[in-house]
Amino acid sequence: MSAPLVEIENLNVRFHGPRTVHAVNGVSLRLEAGETLGILGESGSGKSVTLKTLLRLLPENRTEIGGSVRVDGVDILSLDGRALADHRGGVASMIFQDPMLALDPVYNIGEQIAEAVIRHEGCDKAAGWARALDMLTRVRIPSPERRLKAYPHEMSGGMRQRAMIALALACRPKLLLADEPTTALDATVQIQILLLLRELQREFGMGMIFVTHDIGVAVEVSDRVAVMYAGEIVESGSVRDLIRDPRHPYTKGLLAANLHGAVKGARLQAIPGAPPALDAVPAACSFAPRCPLKLASCDLARPPVAVPAPGRSVRCVLAG
Amino acid sequence: MLVYVLKRLFYTLPVAFGVSVVCFLLVHIAPGDPLTSVLPPDASAQLQAEMRKIYGFDRPLIVQYGLWVLKTLQGDLGVSIATGRPVAGELRLALGNTLMLAVLATLIGFVLGCLFGFVAGYFRDSWLDKLASFVSIIGVSVPHYWLGMVLVIIFSVQLNWLPATGAGPGGSADWAWDWVHVRHLILPAVTMSVIPMGIVARTVRALVADILSQEFITGQRAKGLLDVGVFRHVVKNAAPTALAVMGLQLGYLLGGSILIETVFSWPGTGFLLGQAIFQRDLPLLQGTILVLAMFFVALNLLVDVVQTMLDPRVQRA
Ligand SMILES: Nc1ncnc2c1ncn2[C@@H]1O[C@H](COP(=O)(O)OP(=O)(O)O)[C@@H](O)[C@H]1O
Ligand code: SF4
Ligand SMILES: [Mg+2]
Repeated sequence: MSAPLVEIENLNVRFHGPRTVHAVNGVSLRLEAGETLGILGESGSGKSVTLKTLLRLLPENRTEIGGSVRVDGVDILSLDGRALADHRGGVASMIFQDPMLALDPVYNIGEQIAEAVIRHEGCDKAAGWARALDMLTRVRIPSPERRLKAYPHEMSGGMRQRAMIALALACRPKLLLADEPTTALDATVQIQILLLLRELQREFGMGMIFVTHDIGVAVEVSDRVAVMYAGEIVESGSVRDLIRDPRHPYTKGLLAANLHGAVKGARLQAIPGAPPALDAVPAACSFAPRCPLKLASCDLARPPVAVPAPGRSVRCVLAG
Repeated sequence: MLVYVLKRLFYTLPVAFGVSVVCFLLVHIAPGDPLTSVLPPDASAQLQAEMRKIYGFDRPLIVQYGLWVLKTLQGDLGVSIATGRPVAGELRLALGNTLMLAVLATLIGFVLGCLFGFVAGYFRDSWLDKLASFVSIIGVSVPHYWLGMVLVIIFSVQLNWLPATGAGPGGSADWAWDWVHVRHLILPAVTMSVIPMGIVARTVRALVADILSQEFITGQRAKGLLDVGVFRHVVKNAAPTALAVMGLQLGYLLGGSILIETVFSWPGTGFLLGQAIFQRDLPLLQGTILVLAMFFVALNLLVDVVQTMLDPRVQRA
C-alpha cells in the first residue's frame, strides 16, 4: 500500500498568551487518497485548530506545535516561505465556515480565484480568469460569466459557499479541508452544498477532511469518522462501525442523544456537564467528569489508545 | 453612479445655502457698522446715511441677501476696502497659491503617513511601531509655526539652502514651475505636511491592524499567496478610508493655515484672511470665507463620491 495522503502522529498544539491553551493533545490520524474523514466534535474541541495545522495557518509567534504532520509525504511542520505557500492552495486547500468572512470584500470573485491560479501555475491573467470561469461553472453557479464580476456581498450565502469551493479547488489540490462548510447555511442549501462537495470530491479524486458538529452531516459525507473531545480523538472508525457499535462512552452518549431515527440536523448535546478547560496537559481521561461508566482508575492516568478491531481506535480503559 | 452623484449634489444645496447665510450675516454681526472702517471718523450723519444708501445697507436684510447672492453668483465679490481691488481677483491669486501649497503638503504627508502607518500596523507593538507612532504623534502635536521657524533657522539661516519667505521673484503674480520659484514652496510645504502625515499615519496604522486581524487575510494565506500578494489585499482594503482621510486633510489645508502662511509670508488664502482680519477689510473677509467654505463643501462631496467608487460594498444610487 502506498503512503497515506495525510499522516498525523501525536499532534500537540498549544497557544501561548495570558493563559496557555492546550487546544490539541496527542491527535493521530490518517487519510488515504480519495477518502473522506469526518471529524465530529462539539464547539471548542480542537477541530479547526487541527485543520489549520495542516495548512500552518495558526499565528506563528504564539503557537507551539509538536508531533509530526505529513501531507503527501511532505513534512508540513518544516515547510517555510515559498514552499509553504506552494503547499497552501496547491496541495491542500481549505473551505471556511463563513465565506463572507473568508473572502476579501473588495475583490470580486473572479479576481480572487484567478489570483490563486496565477500564483500557483504561473499562467497569465487570461488563463487565470478562464479557470475562474470554468470553476464557477463546475460548482454550478448560474450565469457564471456575470458572477465572475460579483463581490462577495452581492451573493447569497449558498452562492458564496459555492464560490469558496470554486476557489479552493481551482488549483486541483489533493486534499480538501472543509471546516463546517454548511453550518452557516439554511437546511436546504446545506444539502445542496454537501451533495456538490461529494460529487466534486469524486470528480477531482481528492481526499477530504470534513469537520462538523452535526452527526447527520458527518454520517452523510464520511467514509470514516473521528470523534474529538477536548483536543483529543476519543474514538475513530468507519461510519458503519461507529454508528452500530460505538465503544467510547462519549460517542455512545452522542448517539443515544441524537440517533432516534432522525439523523439529519441533529446537534451534539444532551450529555450533562461541560468539557474541561484546556489549561493543562490532560493527566486523566478528559471525559471522566461527565462519564457515566467511570472507574476509579480513570482519574489517575490518561487512558491509552486501544485498537479493538482493525481500523478502529478508542481512548478509553473499557475498550481495551 | 450618476444618480448617486446628482443625489449627493442635491443634498449639498442646503449646506451651501447655510454657509452663504452665515457669510452674509458676518458683515452684519461684526461689531460696529460695516461702514465705519471706510468712512473718516468725523463723517457727518448725512454723509453716513448717503453712503448707507449707496451700499444698500438701508434696505431690508432679505433684499440685501438676495442682491448679494445674485452678485456673488456672477463672480462679483465686491471690492477690497484696503486695496480697492476686486475681492475676486485677490482671491483667485491667493487660492492658486494655497492650492499649490496644500496639494504638495498633502501629498508629502500622505506618502510619509502611509509609509509610517503601514510599517506600524504590520509590525504592531515592535520598536518600529513605537518609532513610527512617536513620529506621527510629534507630527500632530508639535506647534506648526514653531516647526516652521525651526526649519527656517536650519535651512535658511544656518545652511542658506532655501529661502525663508515669499513666493519668489515677481511675487505670486508670475509663478513658474522652475527651481527659482519652487524652492520657495519647499519649507512651507514640508512644515504643513506634518499635519496630514500624523493623521494619515495613525489612521492607516489602525486600518492595517484591523484588516490584518480579519479572517479573509487568513483566507488569502490559505490559498497560497505570498506576503506581497497579501499586501495587495491589505492596500486595497485600506485605500478607500485612507484616501478619504487624505481628501479631508486637503480640505483643511486648503483653508490655508494663517500661521504657516504668515510665518513664510506665503501669499495664500490664510495670509489673505489674516490681512482681512487685521485690517477689518469686511468684503475681503466675507468673500474669502465664503469661497473657502464652499470649497470645503465641494471637497466633501468629491471625497464621498470617490470613496463610493472605490468601495464596492457602499450601496450606489
Ligand atoms: N489562535 C488561537 N489562540 C488561542 N486560542 C485558540 C486559538 N484558536 C483556537 N483557540 C482555542 O483552541 C480551542 C479549540 O478551538 P477550535 O479548534 O477552534 O474548536 P472547534 O472544534 O470548535 O473548531 C478553543 O478553546 C479555542 O479557544
Ligand atoms: S476512560 Fe474511564 S472515564 Fe474515560 S471514558 Fe472511559 S470509562 Fe469513561
Ligand atoms: Mg471550528
